[in-house]
Amino acid sequence: MTKSLNLAVALIAGVLFGFGLSVAQMIDPAKVVNFLDVFGTWDPSLAFVMGGGLLVNAIATPLIMKRRTPVLAEFFRVPAKTEVDSRIVVGGVVFGIGWGLAGYCPGPMLTSLSFADGSIVTIVVAYVAGTFATKWGLARWEHYKHLRHQKNEACVG
Amino acid sequence: MTIVNFTPLPAFLGGALIGLSAALLLLLKGRIAGISGIAGGIIYPEKGDMDWRFMFIGGLVIGGLLYQWIGLGAGVDHIQAVVDTPMLIVAGVLVGIGTTIGTGCTSGHGICGLARRSPRSLVATVSFMATAFVTVFIVRHLMGA
Repeated sequence: MTKSLNLAVALIAGVLFGFGLSVAQMIDPAKVVNFLDVFGTWDPSLAFVMGGGLLVNAIATPLIMKRRTPVLAEFFRVPAKTEVDSRIVVGGVVFGIGWGLAGYCPGPMLTSLSFADGSIVTIVVAYVAGTFATKWGLARWEHYKHLRHQKNEACVG
Repeated sequence: MTIVNFTPLPAFLGGALIGLSAALLLLLKGRIAGISGIAGGIIYPEKGDMDWRFMFIGGLVIGGLLYQWIGLGAGVDHIQAVVDTPMLIVAGVLVGIGTTIGTGCTSGHGICGLARRSPRSLVATVSFMATAFVTVFIVRHLMGA
């Protein structure tokens, strides 16, 4: 029962999110690139999308986080990390270049699969490949660091 | 600077719906509505934590379809990519690499993270926003595309 309720919640949240992105017209990459083009044909709309999303969440999030647990789960799975590292900046810069080049960030990209259009499929496949390769590389790196750590410990012992 | 196609009301309403979706997911499931994070757990499978991710991503597509079906999307049929295929591939790969290294995208850092007042999300948002502005400036005004 809780299981299917959980899945229903995820589905409804996804529909709301995709519908919201569509209403906001963020699924139009021309509009997104125009938002980023302050010195040319500037379309400030996207700032209002973030504003609307932030307003709702800035009010709701502190109220929700006062609860000990979520309604349908045992605990909140919210990132606990607070220190800023170089990964956050490097990742942001690489993502920013990709976003600026085509006008697609992950949400609008995946929502646009609803257009069943070849160019959307192309960028989604590229996004999936980039994500998979990076996750795989990071996992290898963690594994390597772990091995090296073990080896050093063995030397000390 | 010329202001074009400014649509503040739909933008704000759409943004509020996105915010509502994120609030629902946090209140009921205790999860962050970060698209790259949710999709990332499918692309590089996080076993035992996949089913709801499929539902959410499927929901995104249904949300897009719904908008087109009820006719609100008049004119959406002419929405298309603004760059050619090689550029789409480069852009897609960069978005995948960047959101994975930086652990989040416009939704997870830009909306959810900022609402939680996470310093990491603030730095991430400033990084990708600033870089995207610079990228468009270079492509449109320095390279003249």
